[in-house]
Amino acid sequence: MIEAHGTIGSSVPRVDGRDKVTGRAKYAAEFAPEGLAYAALIESTIAAGAIRRIETASAKRAPGVLLVLTHENAPKLPYLPAKERPAVEPVAGEALRVLQDARILFNGQPIGVVVARTQSQAEYAASLVRVEYDVDTNPLTRFDPANAKPASAAAEKKGRGPESRQGDADGAFAAAAHRVDQTYVQPREHHSAMEPHATVAQWQGDKLTLWDKTQWVYNDADEIARVFGIPSESVHVINPYIGGAFGSALRTWPHVTLAALAARQSGRAVRLELSRRQLFYSIGFRPRAEQRVQLGADADGHLQALIQEAVAQTSTYEEFADATLDVPASTYASANRRTKYSLLPMNTNTPTPMRGPGHATGLIAQEIAMDELAVELGLDPIELRLRNFAERNPRKDLPWSSNGLRACYRAGAERFGWDKRSPQPRSMRSGRHLVGMGMATAMNPAPRYPSSASATLFADGTAVVRSATSDMGPGTYTAMTQIAADALGMPLAKVRFELGDSRMPIAKEHGGSTTTASIGPAVRAACAALLEKLHTVRTQFQLPQAETNDVVLRHAGLEILEAQGKAESAEEQKQYSTYSFGAVFAEVHVDPDFGTVRVARIVGAYDAGRIINPRLAHSQCIGGMVQGIGMALLEETAWDERFGRVVNANIAEYLIPVSADVIDLDAVFVPGEDTVLSSLGSKGLAELGLCGVAPALVNAVWHATKVRVRHLPVTPDKLLLAT
Amino acid sequence: MIPFSYSKPQSLSQAVASHAGHGSDRGSWAADYFAGGTDMMQLMHDRVRNPERIIDITALPGLDRIQVDEQSMHLGALVRMSDAACHPHVVKNYRVVAEALLASASPQVRNLATLGGNLLQRTRCGYFRDAVLPCNKRLPGSGCPAVGGQNAGLAILGTSEHCIATYAGDFANALLVVDAKLHIAGAAGTRTIPVSDLHRRPGQTPHLETQLHPGELIVAIEFPATTGGWRSHYLKVRERTSFAFALASVAVALDLAADGTVQDARIAVGGVATTPWRLPLVEQALRGRKLDAELCRKAASLAATGAVPQTQNAFKVPLLQRVVARGLEETGGLA
Ligand SMILES: Cc1cc2nc3c(=O)[nH]c(=O)nc-3n(C[C@H](O)[C@H](O)[C@H](O)COP(=O)(O)OP(=O)(O)OC[C@H]3O[C@@H](n4cnc5c(N)ncnc54)[C@H](O)[C@@H]3O)c2cc1C
Repeated sequence: MIEAHGTIGSSVPRVDGRDKVTGRAKYAAEFAPEGLAYAALIESTIAAGAIRRIETASAKRAPGVLLVLTHENAPKLPYLPAKERPAVEPVAGEALRVLQDARILFNGQPIGVVVARTQSQAEYAASLVRVEYDVDTNPLTRFDPANAKPASAAAEKKGRGPESRQGDADGAFAAAAHRVDQTYVQPREHHSAMEPHATVAQWQGDKLTLWDKTQWVYNDADEIARVFGIPSESVHVINPYIGGAFGSALRTWPHVTLAALAARQSGRAVRLELSRRQLFYSIGFRPRAEQRVQLGADADGHLQALIQEAVAQTSTYEEFADATLDVPASTYASANRRTKYSLLPMNTNTPTPMRGPGHATGLIAQEIAMDELAVELGLDPIELRLRNFAERNPRKDLPWSSNGLRACYRAGAERFGWDKRSPQPRSMRSGRHLVGMGMATAMNPAPRYPSSASATLFADGTAVVRSATSDMGPGTYTAMTQIAADALGMPLAKVRFELGDSRMPIAKEHGGSTTTASIGPAVRAACAALLEKLHTVRTQFQLPQAETNDVVLRHAGLEILEAQGKAESAEEQKQYSTYSFGAVFAEVHVDPDFGTVRVARIVGAYDAGRIINPRLAHSQCIGGMVQGIGMALLEETAWDERFGRVVNANIAEYLIPVSADVIDLDAVFVPGEDTVLSSLGSKGLAELGLCGVAPALVNAVWHATKVRVRHLPVTPDKLLLAT
Repeated sequence: MIPFSYSKPQSLSQAVASHAGHGSDRGSWAADYFAGGTDMMQLMHDRVRNPERIIDITALPGLDRIQVDEQSMHLGALVRMSDAACHPHVVKNYRVVAEALLASASPQVRNLATLGGNLLQRTRCGYFRDAVLPCNKRLPGSGCPAVGGQNAGLAILGTSEHCIATYAGDFANALLVVDAKLHIAGAAGTRTIPVSDLHRRPGQTPHLETQLHPGELIVAIEFPATTGGWRSHYLKVRERTSFAFALASVAVALDLAADGTVQDARIAVGGVATTPWRLPLVEQALRGRKLDAELCRKAASLAATGAVPQTQNAFKVPLLQRVVARGLEETGGLA
């Protein structure tokens, strides 16, 4: 099935690298159509209630102001229903309809927009708007699990239901020889990508062009078309580059509607860029989750009961249910399992997928609990996991399409030097520092979507391959160029891949670790179709095989030759369970006096099927480790429940790792190809890189200090007060 | 951002004169000097600072100079943090200052930020920096939601019921232990004050942060010459390794006799107090005694005397004691 390859599997440098570092790569906010005007948001300052009065007269009079839009003067928009709820939308509820009424659903809600000739003028005018509210004195701003509701039927349909059961988990837990029963907290976290969300909107008649930060140009166009009641084809979305997103640009957020509305009402092209503070309110976030895990094992460490219950926050207007309990229910063999999933509606903006959505969250609880169980049993953490290795997916009772997890444990442990770990906690030192080593399993679904691509050959002998996917950083441009060059049998330099335009062949969301496995096969199909056409031309003109492509085209009098390609979802997928796997190993050095944790090194071993470009894959994984360091040690939204506001809504106070926090990160890939998922052999990788990192670090901190932190992040206060 | 008028005076007297007439007796002055802008611009974007007039002082002659002679060293208020941190005389004779500067912010910020601006940076308290929320410092009389709110990073020393905001800077703490002085110019002439007199505790008036009169300008920082037995050091503990404000930090200067006896000691701490904060009790406990690990620990146990922990920052009490102990040990070559 797998033929010989040219550049596939080689560490080609990023084809867009030079454009990015020299500033030639153009991001959404940098497009400046003729007559561009600038928008500033007006935001609510209460968590719940309604606008009683909004005074805009002085804003309208302010210098440079072209338009002040609020619910009082904004047109009612059609907001047509979607034929099918896009996968990136929450499972139920209705997206925030901006400026359609006076209701306030959360603090920081956009309640108006000012358009002016310059950004400063717009911001100044926005500051002059005075709002009076009827305040709801009992806002839902406290994370109180007692108010959580079971996940709905809509969530159930997506496999994220309120409950799942196999066997008698509670009975088995009660009877188990060894038990762990603990609660783990992962706080609200924000994507904090480098590029802020921005939209430039321009109407020409009833046609709209959007330069918008998005991971899904087609859906962006559809969504805005529905909001305005116009045909999807009337909306053209362009977004060649994304400065990081991690899921935050999967949905089309209300500010995109505001930009389009402001452009229509002002008759100008309008740019709306969110400030760093606004990014904490106007897009989504990883929801806070509290999880209780009960593990019961027999004397040999075989799991008898696996119970995991999660409560996570959502908004009052949408039900954001994620896959928190999918992976925990699938990782290990156990005859008895039970999950329970509840959601807590709060007066906040709606959460949204953030790298490894749910999966990373579920794994934090499960993998710390597994470490606790290993301690309880006096077993090596790897040995415990090996004893409970699941030969099939236990939740779905399906065979794995491929599963290299055991090889990951082996390769990772060897590379890391796990055998140097003394089993006793607080027994290893380096100078005054306590040294700890910990590990965790990583696992993430590896789906594949239908997709399409085109391949065009030009008479100068170059080719362009297109698909309306995105590249938020993983290296889609590069990987697809490699796949295309390989399929066409052309040198890399002669092939260009283009993406991020809703006029290109249709593609689904650039998210869920699907892109390489989904777009890759379509690119191949398009290239194969092109070669076929080329062959037909050769035959027709009786040109020898040795004649180069450009000569063929010239002979035939063709300027271009183009073909389309499609890849459907693999039918086999239904008979198999497709996941990527990994094992993450971490070493931390803890200063026992200060409770500060240094991550000395992380080694991850991964099974992501066939690796198209080891350099990019490595970069994905170590990027996930950096984010995992943040998750384990730094990231936490400081939420003031009295106001329903984020008190650290900037990146000086919302801490994410800096270079100095990152010392030695290493990723290896175990051999293997997943030919069930696609003929390409690749499985998803992007999100896998985050999974398992935080629990490995928490487990390492325990090994260093004998302090078990169950509430992330592991900050000095928690370690100091525990010793 | 709110519209403002802008001027760029070419002399000190012009600068001070441009400010006159824009003073107000409230904490929020109507005119603001502009130096590196690294703090002020953020506050203006967030509409926390809304000056009507900006007086750009970057063209003032001589304010970016470093002068060294036998008696003293003068660092102009416009000297960049990065230049001061790397100046050989600073590195050699005022190690605590160089270390404090290098432990501050990031290389990019330090390349732009000035010493004068650094001393006058505003607190990182999240309630102060969110113009939507109450804050006695920003809006006198509006209340202090940090009490009982998100206060893990806030102060345990020098607080009042009206304000618990931390003084976030590092450099000023180091200046306290080298006995530095500030040269100040204003409409009424020039004056010199010890750095320890610059910042005010919040008390009933948290909006009044310094002893500077409206329109007064910091011109230079004067350092007395260092003598024989003094050695100094800055130790900062933070959640991430770089580009973060202190959870707790300590500036130590010790005058050690050949046998290790502490002849004199100056200790100041950061990240835990509402102003740069000297620890006289710790200093006293050290004086006249031989420095060893035991003494360091004992003296440091007095570091949090008088601390008033809040709901989330009680950990700062043991942390502060340990940071001071370690800072003393490291300064004395014991760790
Ligand atoms: C992300 C981040 C992290 C940081 N981390 C640290 C840290 O760890 N430690 C630390 O100490 N600092 C830190 N800082 C603060 C930084 O050091 C200050 O922003 C900087 O020193 C201010 O200097 P500036 O010249 O830019 O001041 P400006 O922003 O220009 O001015 C600040 C204030 O001082 C006034 N002013 C300036 N110069 C004078 C003068 N000569 N006379 C009278 N008034 C004057 C201004 O009017 C203004 O009110 C950090 C800043 C950021 C943004």
